[in-house]
Amino acid sequence: MAHSYTPGLTVTDNTVVRRVRQLPLQGTVLVKDGDLVRATQSVARAELPGKVYPLNLANQLGVAPGEIKDYLVKREGETVHKDEVLAENKPFFKWLKTEIRSPITGTVESVSTVTGQVLLREPPRVLELLAYVDGLVVEVRPQQGVTVECVCSLVQGIFGIGGEAYGELVVAVDAPDRPLTPDRLTVEMKGRVVIGGSFLPAATMVKAKEIGVAGLVVGGIHDQDLRTLLGYDLGVAITGSEQVGLTLILTEGFGAIPMATKTFALLSARAGAMASISGATQIRAGVIRPEIIIPLKEKRPVVTRPTDRTREGIQLGDLVRIIRDPLFGKIGRVSALPSELRKIPTESEVRVLEVQLDDGSTVVVPRANIEVIEGV
Amino acid sequence: MTGPALNDSPTARPLRVVVATDCGSTTTKAILIEKIGDEYRQTYRGEAPTTVEAPFEDVTRGVLNAIAEIEELSGRKILDGDRIITPCRDDKTGVDLYISTSSAGGGLQMMVTGVVQNMTGESAQRAALGAGAIVIDVLASNDGRLPHEKIERIRTMRPDMILMSGGTDGGAVTHVVEMAEYIAAAEPKPRFGATYKLPLIYAGNKVAQGQVRAILGEKTALVMTENIRPVLERENLGPARHKIHDLFLEHVMQQAPGYKKLMEMTGAPIMPTPAAVGLIMETIAKREHINLLGVDIGGATTDVFSVFDGMFNRTVSANLGMSYSVSNVLAEAGLATIMRWVPFMIDEQTLRNRIKNKMIRPTTIPQTLDELQIEQAIAREALRLALIHHKSLATGLKGVQQERTISDVFEQQTSGKTLIDMLKLDLIVGSGGILSHAPRRVQAMMMMVDAYEPLGVTRLSVDSIFMMPHLGVLSTIDEKAATDVFMRDCMVYLGTCVAPIGQGKIGDRCADYEITFSDGRVVTDQLLFGDLRLYPLAVGEQATVTVRPAKGVHLGAGSGTPVTKTVQGGVVGLLLDGRGRPLQLPADQRARISLLTTWYQAVGLYPSSDETASSHRTDNR
Repeated sequence: MAHSYTPGLTVTDNTVVRRVRQLPLQGTVLVKDGDLVRATQSVARAELPGKVYPLNLANQLGVAPGEIKDYLVKREGETVHKDEVLAENKPFFKWLKTEIRSPITGTVESVSTVTGQVLLREPPRVLELLAYVDGLVVEVRPQQGVTVECVCSLVQGIFGIGGEAYGELVVAVDAPDRPLTPDRLTVEMKGRVVIGGSFLPAATMVKAKEIGVAGLVVGGIHDQDLRTLLGYDLGVAITGSEQVGLTLILTEGFGAIPMATKTFALLSARAGAMASISGATQIRAGVIRPEIIIPLKEKRPVVTRPTDRTREGIQLGDLVRIIRDPLFGKIGRVSALPSELRKIPTESEVRVLEVQLDDGSTVVVPRANIEVIEGV
Repeated sequence: MTGPALNDSPTARPLRVVVATDCGSTTTKAILIEKIGDEYRQTYRGEAPTTVEAPFEDVTRGVLNAIAEIEELSGRKILDGDRIITPCRDDKTGVDLYISTSSAGGGLQMMVTGVVQNMTGESAQRAALGAGAIVIDVLASNDGRLPHEKIERIRTMRPDMILMSGGTDGGAVTHVVEMAEYIAAAEPKPRFGATYKLPLIYAGNKVAQGQVRAILGEKTALVMTENIRPVLERENLGPARHKIHDLFLEHVMQQAPGYKKLMEMTGAPIMPTPAAVGLIMETIAKREHINLLGVDIGGATTDVFSVFDGMFNRTVSANLGMSYSVSNVLAEAGLATIMRWVPFMIDEQTLRNRIKNKMIRPTTIPQTLDELQIEQAIAREALRLALIHHKSLATGLKGVQQERTISDVFEQQTSGKTLIDMLKLDLIVGSGGILSHAPRRVQAMMMMVDAYEPLGVTRLSVDSIFMMPHLGVLSTIDEKAATDVFMRDCMVYLGTCVAPIGQGKIGDRCADYEITFSDGRVVTDQLLFGDLRLYPLAVGEQATVTVRPAKGVHLGAGSGTPVTKTVQGGVVGLLLDGRGRPLQLPADQRARISLLTTWYQAVGLYPSSDETASSHRTDNR
């Protein structure tokens, strides 16, 4: 039977992650199996074909498409510079001469005598693929990419924006339930990954961008502020390519929600260490969650590998987060797992569980509305 | 492998037991269909998480798990290890046929091209949508984008397949060849796997086939088929649709983990889920001679199907859904439009945050009545927007010269008019969790009535457990089996909505009506503007309704002209909707909330506060 709870997010101080580094098209792998690599090191390189500019010479010269080859100064495969003459007519009177100049520097890719079109292509752009995490190359796929393995502390967020970034972890608040107000940010945080508490106000976001913070990790933000940051209303949760000047990771969700104590304690304990972060989120088949990877300098024996483990289901005593109103954001431990269906106020009959909250009170929640906090 | 070979005709032996699966993005659903007496019935169902993704990366694991659940429930032995036992060995062992649909991995994603956007561009779009695809972009010579922008777009998209159209047979070739040059320059890559060529179907001007082959033959897995618009006045979508299905199986499916194995197990070709749903809807509409509108509102997308006068159309609104894309419904409809259905006030920030939290945790369910009402309000808007999208594409052919008589001069109709005529609509079929699993069936009915604003007399139903995909594939093998199950187990008839067309002040007379029930009981009353009345009329029962509309109001027969119709019952009953068409809500907040509350109470839409309180007591002990 399908599990009726949401798979949890991992928060663990010692695990092993493998990150697949894949070129978007075939290229050259620069490292070998067994190499130790740094996060900012290039592990593969590819040449992305340049942009294509079509130019309809037949129209511009006022000739039939089938005749354009007679007017070309540059032939297929030849290099052309910006503003260099590409084609010209040869009129009887000089002042009737028309010259078509190239709008770009590149090569003449193709000439069509059907459409009268010439396709020019810019020079290829070199793409350097970075290792993203400090670690060991454990697999090389020739011409395609590598897999890097890293012994690390790992925190998965629930939602993020912005791509991969790298920087030293710095904690800017005293407790997980404190908001990250602008006065908590200092110029020394430039290029660092700043850990906040419960909430990120819009003014802090602005200041973080001014300072040049590499990443922000907080409990929650208001949707309205996210809209201001992005400049549009995010409709579908597929992120990672935003260019907003920093990478933002939410550990809890939207609204002002204290960061889970466990998450805050782990990130605080690793303050000063270098971290690789990614805001990429995809909440559909093949879920991708944002992450903070903090490599461990000394190799400790890995206790568990939660990311590879297939859970058998929820169990008594599991640490869970309630992920739906009216108790959104509350954290507690599973205290009972009644098997019978229970009628909830919407009149739906659903499977529920009991959660004992930190204050000792017990609440009943649909199983679909909790999330296990995974990792040890 | 014990599944029947593809060339083994499944109809050669009597079909008594069928197991069917639908491999969705997150869940694989299996149903068992058995012949009981003379009719086919759906008897058991099972489900399991889909296993296309890591760590399993083999779709058949999820299929076998879902079937194993049926085994447990039914006591029938269907699996022998990893094999499906076919045909039936005895009353308790094996099945005669195994079939499947699939939308795992995001379904079939296509890019289509045409020359003129609202002519061949739209025809190509209709062909792809009808074949069950999600159209990620429509490129056309006149789409307003500069050539280099088009090339850039083709480069950045990673479709599963491209469908190229353009030009009538024997017409000009320049534009279609130009588009082929753009595609060749962009060197598009398929979504899955860098090792195979992108499938491309050319269904344009046949005269340009040679040139298109010269340009794209090497760079793509090119397939030629008949022109989808051989002449301006006629669309020929069938051959292109068939090619899409073939390439879906040959190329796209082959790349998805485990599908090769799954294809060997099935007794009929695997169909994309929406194509199968479309097929069953088309089959039913044709069989019953009705005009039908179907909707499947999912977490990420909303599919709309229609059959009007035998003409089938399907659209998919790729980013209108109730979980993954819920935030996009807010972005497209706007907050105020959603909130107009909510009978209480809530501040914008809280609501926005709640909707985003649903987006990032899509599997959560509403726990409180407020949350349920907000979700159902969002559903109304998603349904409404998806229908607007559908109407814009389900049209007659555009750019066609029409013969006009003197009477047409006054009608001001252009070519390409939508085929969706709500007044001629006989049946609305709703599907998807928010409709099928609404705690009260009347909630499903009201979501569809509010979103679609049916005109005149319209019957409504919902799909009980989303088995339309399974029945669609089954209909290709045994139409009787598929329609038997569709009518008896799949459809939950909600009832009939009678909605006079016109507007008036709340409290003014809208119409007089007389309902004659089958037991001879007669109800005569007056329907006022702003009224919503619900009469019990059980499933299988009929009643005769005569409506005498007020002046300026009609039911399709002319202003003030009485209409008498036989209406069908359902689990909700007979709904008389005097709220006026088009439906308008008061702009003033208090007036709107008061009116909504009156309507909701009139039909028993939500539990009363007493009922809610008792439910709270049970839950939070």
